[in-house]
Amino acid sequence: MVKIVKVYGPGCKRCDAAEGMVKAAAAKLGIEVAVEKVSDMAQIAMAGVMSTPGIAVDGKLVHTGGLPDARKLEEWLL
Amino acid sequence: MPRREMGGWGWTAGVVASAVVWWLVYGQLIPVSEWLTALFPVARHSHTGEAIAFFFYDVPKVMLLLTLIVFAMGVVRTWFSPEKTRALLSGKREGAGNVMSAGLGVVTPFCSCSAVPLFIGFVSAGVPLGITFSFLIAAPMVNEVALVLLFGLVGWKVAATYLAFGLFIAIVAGWIIGRLHLEGWLQDWVRDIHSGASAPTAIADDKLAVADRYRAGIEAVREIFARVWVWIILGIGMGALIHGYVPEDLMVQIMGADAWWSVPAAVILGIPMYTNAAGVIPIVEALLGKGAALGTVLAFMMSVIALSLPEMIILRQVLKLRLIAVFIGVVGGGILMVGYLFNLIF
Repeated sequence: MVKIVKVYGPGCKRCDAAEGMVKAAAAKLGIEVAVEKVSDMAQIAMAGVMSTPGIAVDGKLVHTGGLPDARKLEEWLL
Repeated sequence: MPRREMGGWGWTAGVVASAVVWWLVYGQLIPVSEWLTALFPVARHSHTGEAIAFFFYDVPKVMLLLTLIVFAMGVVRTWFSPEKTRALLSGKREGAGNVMSAGLGVVTPFCSCSAVPLFIGFVSAGVPLGITFSFLIAAPMVNEVALVLLFGLVGWKVAATYLAFGLFIAIVAGWIIGRLHLEGWLQDWVRDIHSGASAPTAIADDKLAVADRYRAGIEAVREIFARVWVWIILGIGMGALIHGYVPEDLMVQIMGADAWWSVPAAVILGIPMYTNAAGVIPIVEALLGKGAALGTVLAFMMSVIALSLPEMIILRQVLKLRLIAVFIGVVGGGILMVGYLFNLIF
């Protein structure tokens, strides 16, 4: 099953970096993911993200604020 | 878990060792800068010699101070998060709430790129508007980079004054905005979130190991340096030029305490200027050295940092123009007051 990963961020550098990390982690684990970037402020706020970038996997918010820890990121994706 | 414990001790030992090295290096700043300056084929006490010595002493000094303080703040911030701060502030009364909010604004991790989601997150969870503003004013204005640079380049008195009056403006401006009851001037969609959805649940705050906190400190240093090193070098370079070349009488005339119009001019000039503390403070230091009045220079600096045009454009998404105007008016008024006050006292 394809996992849907949303990366919340208004388009700052770290948000792009977070997106890259998600893709890299998924490739490493051999998991199929559909990464969607959410840059609309209303949607970011409504997802409960107060510091960006935020990451949600299959609708569940797993991380906000700063770059995620690579090891933890793999745990969330599994 | 004994292994993790060991990791924590190892990290602490590493941090202590680094602090010792830091101290030793810091002590060598003057000899090293003089040695470097002597390499240039100019007279030590000429304009150019002064400018070069200033540059070689101040750049490493500021970098060292920044490393120390940003690391410490990075570690401290691991105990704070926007979610925790929001929980502490929601439903707080005005007054005490504004004080708390401004204080938390200093220690909570904040990046102006997430000012909007943070604003909505606060307001939708029942943090009063004025208290939210106290946070949003204090967070960018009173930051460790500004304080370190002021401390390192201008002195601890000015740094302490900046800290105190930065907090004061954040508290009072937020309180005034709260008293005006301007909730109706939020953009409509923000109010809908406000009245509709309940506050989304925050992520479970997993316990961090000691090593993780130190890592966060190192990460903070890396990030701040990546962002500000160019500004520091440019700023100190500019400052060095002012040091070496700008005549004193000119500065006293333009930015001295006797020119009444210089404070408002400094505030207005500061709004469209967008740089961070790292770029503006070396210039501030040089201007002060040339006889510019402290109040005027502080007003300029606060205006550059707290009232920036790009931030207004970001906030425009959540605030109606009228509310932004009130925000600029109240904060600008506060800065003006601080400027005049300081010109009067010092």
